[in-house]
Amino acid sequence: MKGLAAVATSVEEAQARRQPLPGARARHSPVKAAEAPVAAPPDLEPTIYRFIIRHSWRRQLALLLVTFASFPFLYISLELPKTIINHAIREDAKFPQFIAGLEFDRIPYLMALCGAFLAVVLVSGGFKYCINTFKGQLGERMLRRFRYQLYLRLLRFPLSHFNKTSSAQIIPMVTAECESLGGFIGDALVTPAFQGGTLLTIILFMFMQDPVLGAAAISLYPLQAYVIPKLQRKVNDLNKQRVRTARIVADRIQESAAGMVEIHANDTVKLHLTDFASLLGRIYDIRFEIYRRKFFVKFLNNFIAQLTPFFFYSIGGYLVIQGSLSFGALVAVLAAYKDMASPWKELLDFYQQKEDSRIKYGQIIEQFQPAGLADAALLLDEPDDVPRLEGELSATNLSLAEDDRSRVVDSVTFSVRLDEHVAVIGQSGGGKSEIALLLARLVRPSGGRIMIGGHDFADMPLAVVGRRLGYAGATPYLFAGTLRDNLLLGLRHRPLRPAEYDDPGERRRARQLNEARRSGNIEFDLHADWVDYESAGVSDSEELARRIAEILRRLDFESDVYNFGLRWRIDPAVDAELTKRLLEARQALAERLAADGITKLVETYDPERYNTNASVAENLLFGTPIGPGFELEALADNAYVLAVLDKVGLTDDLIEAGRQVAAMMSEMFADLPPEHEFFEQFSFISASDLPGFAAILSAIDKGGIAALRQEQRKRLLSLPFKLVAARHRLDVLDDAMQKRLLDARRAFRRDLPAEAAGQIEFFDPASYNAAASLQDNILAGKIAYGEADAPVRVPVVLAEVLEALALRPAVVDIGLGYEVGTGGSRLSLAQRQRTAIARALLKRPDLLILNEASAALDGQAQSKVSEGVREEMVGRGLIWVLHRASLARSFDRILVMSGGKLAEQGRFAELDRKDSLTALLIAAE
Amino acid sequence: MSLAQEYEMLRRVPFFSEMEPARLKLLAFMSERVGYDAGNTLFCQGDQADAAYLIITGEAEIIVDTPSGPLTIATLGAHEIVGEMAILCDVPRTATVRAKDRLVALRIAKDPFLRMVREFPNMAVSIMRELAHRLELTNKQLQAALSEVRSLREGSIPQDPGHPVPRPSAKEPGAPPAK
Repeated sequence: MKGLAAVATSVEEAQARRQPLPGARARHSPVKAAEAPVAAPPDLEPTIYRFIIRHSWRRQLALLLVTFASFPFLYISLELPKTIINHAIREDAKFPQFIAGLEFDRIPYLMALCGAFLAVVLVSGGFKYCINTFKGQLGERMLRRFRYQLYLRLLRFPLSHFNKTSSAQIIPMVTAECESLGGFIGDALVTPAFQGGTLLTIILFMFMQDPVLGAAAISLYPLQAYVIPKLQRKVNDLNKQRVRTARIVADRIQESAAGMVEIHANDTVKLHLTDFASLLGRIYDIRFEIYRRKFFVKFLNNFIAQLTPFFFYSIGGYLVIQGSLSFGALVAVLAAYKDMASPWKELLDFYQQKEDSRIKYGQIIEQFQPAGLADAALLLDEPDDVPRLEGELSATNLSLAEDDRSRVVDSVTFSVRLDEHVAVIGQSGGGKSEIALLLARLVRPSGGRIMIGGHDFADMPLAVVGRRLGYAGATPYLFAGTLRDNLLLGLRHRPLRPAEYDDPGERRRARQLNEARRSGNIEFDLHADWVDYESAGVSDSEELARRIAEILRRLDFESDVYNFGLRWRIDPAVDAELTKRLLEARQALAERLAADGITKLVETYDPERYNTNASVAENLLFGTPIGPGFELEALADNAYVLAVLDKVGLTDDLIEAGRQVAAMMSEMFADLPPEHEFFEQFSFISASDLPGFAAILSAIDKGGIAALRQEQRKRLLSLPFKLVAARHRLDVLDDAMQKRLLDARRAFRRDLPAEAAGQIEFFDPASYNAAASLQDNILAGKIAYGEADAPVRVPVVLAEVLEALALRPAVVDIGLGYEVGTGGSRLSLAQRQRTAIARALLKRPDLLILNEASAALDGQAQSKVSEGVREEMVGRGLIWVLHRASLARSFDRILVMSGGKLAEQGRFAELDRKDSLTALLIAAE
Repeated sequence: MSLAQEYEMLRRVPFFSEMEPARLKLLAFMSERVGYDAGNTLFCQGDQADAAYLIITGEAEIIVDTPSGPLTIATLGAHEIVGEMAILCDVPRTATVRAKDRLVALRIAKDPFLRMVREFPNMAVSIMRELAHRLELTNKQLQAALSEVRSLREGSIPQDPGHPVPRPSAKEPGAPPAK
């Protein structure tokens, strides 16, 4: 509690102390501040009730008032049935009756009362509906606020914290663990107020009937109030343990997933199973203990609740017999006591839920209070304009201590002009990498300070540091999404151009904004255009595309992206213009191949010819399958395909072809061990299937193909589907067979049922195939097997044709749409590193810090990238921590780190002398 | 030309003649057929060796770089194998091989080939036998050449000037220089 208050104060102090930066005027302009969509977030409240009261006291109050307003109707809805029976239905009722001065006879009176009853029930039900909805809304908004605050805290965590905490522990805290808090928050005030009020009324009523009996009725409450929290406390402790253990389970699962290689490589499956089982056992023990105690509390409660009637009957009865208490009073008190049971039980349940929520809240926020939390305002401040960093960066006595107090950077002092290119070298572990992290403000120094252009680096808003500084490390993270998204990441700091909505969209957005505001969430629109063209130095998306291509070329990455583009698909409906041009490219390529006399390198898809470089399956389908129905691998299982083969009379011949393939395979592969790599690389039949086929073959030897079972025929039939005539060179695919397969292709297409038509995109020399890749569309055929030239020459010619048609940028642009996969897993490390450098260059930083950012590149690529980055950064600052000292040669200046200290600095020529550390480092390579 | 015909052709190459049919069929199946237009090179002198080639149709020129420029030392035709020594003993190509006209060859890749040799002792034995046979041939040629040199030194005319000088190095350009 105290600690938090202290943190809060220090944050305010820090804000007050901070010198306004040039251009950082936003905070001083009241108009702007009112519009500012990022409210300075309050710190997390230490208890859930503080959180509730701070953020929802108005709503809670309104909820209470509405709840109380519903009471009269509830009362009337209970009262009316009595009136109906006593005054309208009972025979001795007197008539006429009067309501509001009007006179009623028996039947109209009954009807009027029943009508009133219906109305009151409706009103009362309506109240209930409103209150519940209101409670739900309140709870959800508060939950949203809470989660948002947790996530914001997560973003403020110091980098080092993530080394210690696993995400598997954090995720359930933000998702599952706080789920039940929402429900509780809605009830937090209303339930105790409502049930407590009811209880108090009943107690009051009892005291008015008879003070002694009243006292008797509540005589055991103090006992319950004393014992139950005591018992509950133990349950609370167990609950805490349960949550902790559940987090360990989550952690263990994540670890197992991440360490699967080690588990299999070291055969620790049983160890891990045992470890996991013991964790589950711990959870079981805890939960079982919780149940025992929880139900014991319940048992005790029930017993005490029944103890009171015992007193009523014994003492009350005695008093009535003695004549000191009227019979009527006893009955009334008994009835009232019965009514007490329900609110009392509700209150106890609420108490348990409250305790549960209190602990959960406490346990969650406890994990979100690491030391060294970044200042939220520093993260969220949005200056009017972000000034360029100019002048000089100077580090004074810069130190960084690890947890164990050893100094990885030890009182380092140096300065770098922001138009200078400086290399940092040294042995790994010597502190060079930490220097980069400190200079990018990714870790905070434990001593000393950094000034940039006369401003204290520590106090600059992230809006300045994250935009004017570029950073790329050795293992950059790419977010799942397209390559383009990842490149543009450094240009997306805030929405710059609002999204355009139609009317319903506008209303939806207004509603979303309103809700975000009510939950204290950020108010930006995700669908707005966030890309900051200006900081990339371009004016629109077209220029940006050109700029990206330029940077990619500098980093020797453009051809990779071009190849991504060739492998990617486009939607002709969306890119009609490009589709047209790609068809022109198809034409141009065909002409070029003809002009060069190398048409044989590509066998085009001709509806009238069998394609010898495509498989039998591809020749039959003669198109690209969309969806799983006609997948090439499973084409032999497709009922329609089988029907077509039957129709053209090919089934038996293909089975015969299958027999020949099987015979050949079993002859060639028979005495290879089943795990032999040749199976994987060359065989049509996997090692495990080989005995099955051997059995089929010997069955044929005995009784011919006719003797085969249906399932065996099918297996044989599937074999020739994979044959490629030009590649496998088997006699079974002779000209006659090819001609008959051509007939089957025609029959297949002619009789294709309408519902299957959408599942295949047929090859057509004149139209674009949306299901096929760009390259397949331009080639419109197969690169020929058996032409030594083809694999090299065709891509070259293709590239030349695209270049001539000025289509290469379009292909690169499509390549930028390549999905990089989770964490960039579909890119190689070298590609990821290039992406990170490109991302940093794209925002034109005043100072670029590269931390072994190209270490995964081979020597030649390395120097090309180095050159490209240097050219890009001419006139601006570059600090490059190098993994190899010899790369430092061309830099303006070199800093040499050793043992956490700055051992040498100067120009390469000065340092490269006998016995210098630099010379030693180079010699050690 | 089908796989079966390629198999027949392989069988007639001394190098493979004693291999079991099933093995040899597998080798043929694993090999790729490649076509070269006139003037295209199969491989260059100094390249790492990754395959041997059995010429199916067409002719190949064997060219060696000499101080006075490239020199064609032999021309090989159908049924002849080229580059097989280099894949057995991991040395760079000792000559450049170029298609003289349209050439179709069977490309026998090094890795699967070596794996088969390693796993099927019979195959290794037949290759050994072939190599021994070649060595014997080379020895004979060497002796003939030596006696020729000797007689030249002695100033006398060789006994049998019409004796054809075999050219092992031309037939196996992939072979390392005799050690």
